[in-house]
Amino acid sequence: MDVPILKQGHFLIASIQSALSDADLSQLREKLIERVGRFRARGVIVDVTALDVMDSFAVRTLRDIAHMARLRGAETVIVGIQPEVAFAMVQLGLTLKGISTALDLEEGLAFLNQHTQGRLDEKGERGRIERG
Amino acid sequence: MDASSVADQLRVEIASDVDVVQARQHGRELAAGAGFSTGDQTVIAAAISEIARNILMYAKRGEISLSVVANGDQQGVVIVARDQGPGIPDVSRALQDGYSTSGGLGLGLPGARRLMDDFDIASVVGQGTTVTMRKWRRLPS
Repeated sequence: MDVPILKQGHFLIASIQSALSDADLSQLREKLIERVGRFRARGVIVDVTALDVMDSFAVRTLRDIAHMARLRGAETVIVGIQPEVAFAMVQLGLTLKGISTALDLEEGLAFLNQHTQGRLDEKGERGRIERG
Repeated sequence: MDASSVADQLRVEIASDVDVVQARQHGRELAAGAGFSTGDQTVIAAAISEIARNILMYAKRGEISLSVVANGDQQGVVIVARDQGPGIPDVSRALQDGYSTSGGLGLGLPGARRLMDDFDIASVVGQGTTVTMRKWRRLPS
């Protein structure tokens, strides 16, 4: 099952449409990390609204995506974890510690806009100091 | 609840990552048919996913059978996962959070146990492992 990855401005949006096998999840990870470089993306959103189960492999892969994207200079937000899925994750002992999450795509975009904007401002600030 | 759904029994071969998805989807459907809430369906599907994943990781192949049983005023989904893999030398240790011999997260067995109401493991080193787990729901009177 191929996961479509859309480019919107500086962000990549991976919108999972149906249940994914381990191989599908691994492929999504490779594709996203490659595209962060190809499109010079600042942010990645993984929309898991359609996932009816998140087991240990899915959570580990999402964590890997977030960490690898950060190493490549992009922030990741996981959006759309359903209430029952969240409940089962907590019971399983699965966490997304250190990974940003948002309720839905809209919130995820707002988060990334805010976050990457802050980073751009910082860079601008440094630039001015260097010139001074 | 009609009689046919009580008699439902389903076997799913586990030999690849696609089968893990199949098994948990069948489990969800069975639980839905037996009147479990969507929350419980998700819990059952997640437990099946972890147990099926363990079969793949340690035994390479095995099977999961799914059925619905009645017990007094309760109805249950029963999941039996069998493999002829290497077996588990130390079952109590395998049930501890974070213990893994495969490089996984070590949450599969203890996590599945927390999700389900009943959970038993029978394992013989060199012969295989059988995990039996159940989730119950009270029938409306």
